[in-house]
Amino acid sequence: MPDHSTALAHQFDDLEQQHESVSLGMWIFLATEIMFFGGMFLGYSVYRGIYPAAYGEASRHLDVVLGAVNTGVLLSSSLTMALAVQAAQLGGRRTLVLFLIATIALGSVFLGIKGLEYYHKYEEQLIPGSNFHFDGPNAGHAQLFFSFYFVMTGMHALHMIVGIGVMVVLILLTLKGRFSAGYHFPVEISGLYWHFVDIVWVFLFPLLYLVDRS
Amino acid sequence: MIGFPLFPEVASTIARSVDLLYFFLTAVAVFFSILIFACIVYFAVKYRRQPGRAAEQVQGAIGLEIAWAAVPFLITIVMFTWGSSLYIANSRVPQQAMDIYVVGRQWMWKIQHPSGRREINELHVPVGQAIKLTLASQDVIHSFYIPAFRVKQDVLPGRYVTMWFQATRTGEFHLFCAEYCGTSHSGMIGRVVVMQPEDFEKWLGGVTEETPAQVGERLFSEFNCINCHATGSRQRCPQLGGLYGREVELEGGGRTTFDEPYIRESIIAPNAKVVKGYSPLMPSYRGQISEEQILDLIAYIRSLTPEGAE
Amino acid sequence: MSSETIRLYREHYLNCSYGVRSWLLTKDHKRIALLFLISITLFFFLGGAFAVLIRLELLTPQGDLVESETYNKLFTMHGIIMIFFFLIPSIPTVLGNFLLPMMIGARDLAFPRLNLLSWYIFSLGGLFTLGAVISGGVDTGWTFYTPYSSTYANTHVIATAVGIFITGFSSILTGLNFIVTTHKMRAPGLTWFRLPLFVWSNYATALIMVLGTPVIAITLLLVGIERGFHVGIFDPKLGGDPLLFQHLFWFYSHPAVYIMILPGMGVISELVTCFSRKRIFGYEFVAFASLAIAVLGFLVWGHHMFVSGQSPYAGMIFSFLSFLVAIPSAVKVFNWTATLYKGSISFDAPMLYALGFIGLFTVGGLTGLFLATLAVDVHVTDTYFVVAHFHYIMVGGMVMAYLGGIHFWWPKISGKLYPETWARFAALVVFVGFNLTFFPQFILGYLGMPRRYHAYPPEFQVLNVMSTAGASILAVGYLLPMAYLVWSMRYGKAATDNPWDATGLEWQTPSPPPTENFADTPVVTWEAYDYGAKEDKEKEPQVA
Repeated sequence: MPDHSTALAHQFDDLEQQHESVSLGMWIFLATEIMFFGGMFLGYSVYRGIYPAAYGEASRHLDVVLGAVNTGVLLSSSLTMALAVQAAQLGGRRTLVLFLIATIALGSVFLGIKGLEYYHKYEEQLIPGSNFHFDGPNAGHAQLFFSFYFVMTGMHALHMIVGIGVMVVLILLTLKGRFSAGYHFPVEISGLYWHFVDIVWVFLFPLLYLVDRS
Repeated sequence: MIGFPLFPEVASTIARSVDLLYFFLTAVAVFFSILIFACIVYFAVKYRRQPGRAAEQVQGAIGLEIAWAAVPFLITIVMFTWGSSLYIANSRVPQQAMDIYVVGRQWMWKIQHPSGRREINELHVPVGQAIKLTLASQDVIHSFYIPAFRVKQDVLPGRYVTMWFQATRTGEFHLFCAEYCGTSHSGMIGRVVVMQPEDFEKWLGGVTEETPAQVGERLFSEFNCINCHATGSRQRCPQLGGLYGREVELEGGGRTTFDEPYIRESIIAPNAKVVKGYSPLMPSYRGQISEEQILDLIAYIRSLTPEGAE
Repeated sequence: MSSETIRLYREHYLNCSYGVRSWLLTKDHKRIALLFLISITLFFFLGGAFAVLIRLELLTPQGDLVESETYNKLFTMHGIIMIFFFLIPSIPTVLGNFLLPMMIGARDLAFPRLNLLSWYIFSLGGLFTLGAVISGGVDTGWTFYTPYSSTYANTHVIATAVGIFITGFSSILTGLNFIVTTHKMRAPGLTWFRLPLFVWSNYATALIMVLGTPVIAITLLLVGIERGFHVGIFDPKLGGDPLLFQHLFWFYSHPAVYIMILPGMGVISELVTCFSRKRIFGYEFVAFASLAIAVLGFLVWGHHMFVSGQSPYAGMIFSFLSFLVAIPSAVKVFNWTATLYKGSISFDAPMLYALGFIGLFTVGGLTGLFLATLAVDVHVTDTYFVVAHFHYIMVGGMVMAYLGGIHFWWPKISGKLYPETWARFAALVVFVGFNLTFFPQFILGYLGMPRRYHAYPPEFQVLNVMSTAGASILAVGYLLPMAYLVWSMRYGKAATDNPWDATGLEWQTPSPPPTENFADTPVVTWEAYDYGAKEDKEKEPQVA
């Protein structure tokens, strides 16, 4: 049975206070992330409101099929994450590691598909900057769309990479025997983070890919 | 008297009313500042630490709390109402305002009178006449500020802004750029010269230059606008005569006024608002044409609508 | 045994371990507070040096001391350093870090390692910005307006933006730490309404830090991306909107100014009560006023944009809300003043700073009303009127509160007493110097002198000379505490546990405190500012 007395940090009186504090800390951190992405969403929405035609046109250059597949992949990874948390709660080390690996795998698939999409955009000369080429009168506004597309999905991908890194650390800690049915808190709050990253994508996908698809 | 000013000159129709509001705000500020200072000094002296007297643990008083929240709130309502109504009133451009066009760029103000005279860092205007300025920036954000008239307006790249004033005194007054714009921001200054109307007319006719409308007509053919928009050509594009100031219907519903901002937008981003019945065929001139040239073209297009038909 | 003797053998947070490693790897909130103290003091004097050069240049109407570009860099970097690297961290990271756990009876903050990380992140961001300063500086103004900053400026915009971006995380971590600590780690019996108002103020500040800072982060990131990769985001030539930048920028930067005053207000509540020997008048009102300021502060950003080309109706809404946010501040000023009533007032240096704060903050706040008034703001925005207004609040307010707090808690932090006569003298010098520097700027503003001007029309010279004269006096006023506080660390008289006989759990510990703060967790059964019990000479509140 792992020794949990070392799990209690000295500034806390008991594990319950520690758990509540760490949980509150994670929720506050997620609030800051909402504000961070919120700024991007606001900028995007303002321009979409002023240039609906250009945005619709630009959006149609995105691969809706790949985007939808990615959405499914990410939602599945949230499922595997939730199952990982459940495994931790039940004290099943092997199951926990397996589900963490599944989450990492699905996350990596997501990033792979994203990378593929970025590569396609590179081939189509739709990366903003000196090489940008867009046919039609709305080239300037379309470049605005793509600037936001890359920044928003890029930031999201960065957060996913961090998330995968956290999963790797969790796997290592599990293998070292740090978690049990009595103590698995880091898995839970990492789950929170992962679900958040998922939710951001759930907003990003329709906003970016499903403009004017009627 | 003391050799340097402590208060700006009053030289426009709105300056006095702004100053009046300013004096009210100052009076309130002075009153409350003195009130607080006096209370502090009085309490500090009267209740200074003395042996044998302990502090009295005074209970809070909810009545007082409500009072000193409500009274300042009511005062701020007065300030808000006075300030907003004056602001809205001051923003209404009077009828019969004389148009002058201004282009700000690093680091100078270029002013264009419709009659043809151009100035740099100087703005000549007649006294007692409402002047409407249409302003644009060639590069970064500037701000056109005439302290003596109490007017200021940020000048933006990418769109037109307007402001107006009416001078009440002849003389020369400072013109400043009031939005930091780079190296010579503090060099982007000049003067507004207010003259008697007869002197202004003389000044206006003093130098014969092409009027903006004449320059615009030349640009209209240089930039090949004439190929589509000339009368009698293959009706691919709307004819521009008689349209200035009118409402036009747009493709996809909606209407807009055929004014300076719309003309500018049509040159820079022609497919944003296409007139009903036409296709989005016009190419964009973004990056190929300067703000001053746009103003010249606008002056020409305006001249295609006879005065009084607006 | 005398307390002197005990001190020689007593272990506390300063002497419990020695060596650079024990400081750079510390988890003790008190040591981290001192690390921050050193960092922000360095930045304060750097920003101050830039201010001295600015005021020297403005002695004459011509731009003759430095080149235009240099001057533009000077005011830009003065603003960036003072705002992001001094004012925003100041009280929270120094006094907040040191005192918050002690005031609530805790052993440390909720996340000590995040606290240390916060200092490292701050230092990293600071190094980036210093690097930008040394390699030529940046000249966009601290407001980074586009398209100048994203397309036209040819100075180190990206490096500076990166520096501020990094430092923003320091702010977020501190705020996160404070919120969780205040919620979860209060001693038994310490209900919210028994907390010192310093805790309430830092809590409200933390809320703003956490919710606002991410927005400046993304805004500066977008500017950096636009500039670095030549993509369109705010560039009008690509249909971008420079006003969008302003909205995003001010959405953070207005709440940021409340980050730069709320902690100061918290200090004042502590000082006014202690030196009047009275409970605060209207405790709940002052507490809720802090929260009201934090919330309303997020709704008024458009008052920086009244002449920007923003719609006049938006202007009216922002104007109304800006008046509204003034009311809680007024309520606080009245409550502090009423706290003096029937008190037993002494005029030690911290109290002098506190009284100065109340007066100067009142002037600063009232002049804010001028700026909220639409018709007047058209004339005075972007002039020295605004410069005077915000310096009255930030310098006449926040810096005086910071100095007052440093002096008040100096015995607790260092175990030494500072020389009182010198401190009172310095406080008076600061007060006089400050007013002479900044009051003439109100007049200059209404006269029409724009901000950020390297050269100006000659009729503005006399007022500028007065301002510079004041600045030189103010500089002396700031150098004095530097000198005597450092002196006191070696030669000052040893301080007792509670030299001011103040309430508050932090005074129940020795000066300086032991690393773990309290031997046993206190149980609190008394109200905040329980000076009545002290005045009655009853049994003092004991640590349980």
